[in-house]
Amino acid sequence: MSGDLPAAVAPTPRAETLLRFFTCGSVDDGKSTLIGRLLYDTNSVFEDQLEALERDSKKFGTQGDSLDFALLLDGLSAEREQGITIDVAYRYFSSKTRAFIVADTPGHEQYTRNMATGASTAELAIILIDARKGILPQTRRHSYIVSMLGVRHIVLAVNKMDLVDFSRATYDKIVADYRETVAGLGFSSIVCIPMSARDGDNITARSTRAPWYAGPTLLEHLDTVDPSFADRSDAAFAMPVQWVNRPNLDFRGYAGTIASGVLRTGDEIVVLPGARRSTVARIVTADGDLAEAWAGQAVTITLADEIDISRGDVLSAPTHRLTPRRSLLARVLWMIDEPLTQGRDYIIQQATANANARVANLHHAIDIENFNEKPADALSMNQIGLVSLACDKALVVARERGDRELGVFILIDRLTNQTAGLGVIDLDAATGEATNDIAAAPPIAATFADKLRAHVGESGTPRRAAFARESASAMGLAALLGVVAGGVSGNVAAGIAVTIVDLIARPTLRLLIARADALPDDIIDPGAGI
Amino acid sequence: MALSHLESLEAESIQIFREVAATCEKPVLLYSIGKDSAVLLHLAMKAFYPAKPPFPLLHVDTTWKFREMIEFRDKLARDLGLDLIVHINEEGVKAGINPIDSGSRLHTDVMKTQGLKQALDKYGFDAAFGGARRDEEKSRAKERVFSLRSAEHRWDPKNQRPEPWRQYNTRKRPGESFRVFPLSNWTEADVWDYIVRENIPVVPLYFAASRPVVERDGALIMRDDDRLPLRPGETVQHRMVRFRTLGCYPLTGAVESEATTLAQIIAEMRASRASERQGRVIDHDGSGSMEAKKQEGYF
Repeated sequence: MSGDLPAAVAPTPRAETLLRFFTCGSVDDGKSTLIGRLLYDTNSVFEDQLEALERDSKKFGTQGDSLDFALLLDGLSAEREQGITIDVAYRYFSSKTRAFIVADTPGHEQYTRNMATGASTAELAIILIDARKGILPQTRRHSYIVSMLGVRHIVLAVNKMDLVDFSRATYDKIVADYRETVAGLGFSSIVCIPMSARDGDNITARSTRAPWYAGPTLLEHLDTVDPSFADRSDAAFAMPVQWVNRPNLDFRGYAGTIASGVLRTGDEIVVLPGARRSTVARIVTADGDLAEAWAGQAVTITLADEIDISRGDVLSAPTHRLTPRRSLLARVLWMIDEPLTQGRDYIIQQATANANARVANLHHAIDIENFNEKPADALSMNQIGLVSLACDKALVVARERGDRELGVFILIDRLTNQTAGLGVIDLDAATGEATNDIAAAPPIAATFADKLRAHVGESGTPRRAAFARESASAMGLAALLGVVAGGVSGNVAAGIAVTIVDLIARPTLRLLIARADALPDDIIDPGAGI
Repeated sequence: MALSHLESLEAESIQIFREVAATCEKPVLLYSIGKDSAVLLHLAMKAFYPAKPPFPLLHVDTTWKFREMIEFRDKLARDLGLDLIVHINEEGVKAGINPIDSGSRLHTDVMKTQGLKQALDKYGFDAAFGGARRDEEKSRAKERVFSLRSAEHRWDPKNQRPEPWRQYNTRKRPGESFRVFPLSNWTEADVWDYIVRENIPVVPLYFAASRPVVERDGALIMRDDDRLPLRPGETVQHRMVRFRTLGCYPLTGAVESEATTLAQIIAEMRASRASERQGRVIDHDGSGSMEAKKQEGYF
């Protein structure tokens, strides 16, 4: 496409890389004020927006006569009326070295799901703390969600330092408390900064009121932090097929965004699920064929062989640790009013694949303020729980924890089409090594229950009802077998023997099931083996 | 290798285009001729290459666009070999709705919002791409990439679907549709930088030239044809002006500028302290007015 343009000129040098980060904190910690301040100090607020801000500050502001930077962000009428942030707001600004996309997310517990949405694409999280209040239950909640959604870099923004006279002791205690609190959450970096978002201390300019602080200002850190997480090129190649490009009979390309690794023409690839192999013929883009492409690029690939490949399949390097799985163990964050309950069916959407997913087992909920497990019959909105899902077809999932392309999914309510929950696949279940499976009781129990359920029929069906009258558990089944055997043979001892053999044999069966479950989809049917 | 900023944005947009092609039945690209539409169309061409985009372009014509916009539109569709549907709300025309006598609010509602709904209903489109960006306006900052609209085209800002990890839920009931915004995460600066990088043609109105304008209510309005009556005391002056956004000419304010090249436009934009929508009359109808329009079905 070219035409009426004057000859293109080299653009002025601009932010070369992009950092996505988000802010979270409790009510009134000053999240919106912080971002408003960042925008203001980096000259990202236009004059007419400033005039509107001055007008709005007088009308809705909570800062007396001063500018209320939060009003730059709270965009919905309901938010301005209530003085809170309801939804994720995205903001954009640039420094000399980077472009930033900021997700400002709600602090209220009832908007945890919105927070999770903001966190899911962020490389770094700013967790705000009110210096007067220290670590609150919400701080732990936010940190847990951030960790669950795969954010690895944390800035602990100890805000409102002006209200504690920039006390070093107060700051040090908060920092020590926080580091202890999140020790088990797997963050790669935690940078703590004392600040006053309202007055601008240590946001873009160094504070003169905290001479004891030698670390970077917030912007200095954002400019230099290495979100190595964002560079997924080191891993083996994988690309979920998003769309099959067939403009004519001579061209058949597989379009998608590379999830990880580097791809070169001539590379051997495996098509999952299944184990079909081919080599890369061309990497096609509108700007010409590429010799190589890497994670994050949207490309179209043609293969040397004609293979039937469709959306939802995954092209991967033979060395990639991907595994087609029907049963998944996952932490799920629930996002709709109608609670998640055991036995219910949802649509699972993972990478570019869809399947039906039944909640085979809700193992427990997680109290995200103290990170403890707690028993649960259901997950209500904003709750997180450990769930086993039984899918009606194999999904290709990552074995590496925290894979945001192939290790995550959403659940969709069949009736309302709402996005009902988001999930992070648990490493242990996805690994699926038979030796580990024996020890990993919940996934196996779930797998077993799934198989049994598949065998005895759906809940509420006549088949299931018939089965349920006689037996619903493995033990019951064994006893039943014993009685049948005893009855048929007229020998009580024979009945007991069959019962015992069945009980002994069942763990072996479980092992077989576990192995079978690691196999590709087309080799095994649900319920096979039992 | 990490992608550059523009490469990341481009890849994200292409993924959105493909997701719609793969999951929706009858998409359409809302082509409004401006710079954002130019980038949107360019990305669509890239997303499906070597195939053509599997959807037509739709322009909802209010009959009050700049003449240069219409010429540009027709030439571009012809050059690219794409289907272009032009829809005009004929009821609005018959009723004599126009931006000068009817006021910007009524004109925009009838000719743009209602016109858009008519066209979407007439052809049964279930997904419409738009070039809106979140940095444009506060209520847009909170809109999803896939924005679900009811059968009546209404947007419910309090009941938006979360979009974690760019997992877009594209399920809908019959009658419902999506507005899809592949440029959600682009800024005005990104759009211009990308236009330079990719050598994308844009309407000449973005470049400064001597144009006939009148000063009206603090804005410089170009007299594109004689349908714009002069008020007492107004005179047409020729000034070096250009446009930061393009809409209906009586509702679009020009800025005085000497920028005749892309490099100069970009330099001017970086130095500017006024947002691009400042020249748009419709945004100033009242606080939250864009939000209200969006709820009614405006893009």
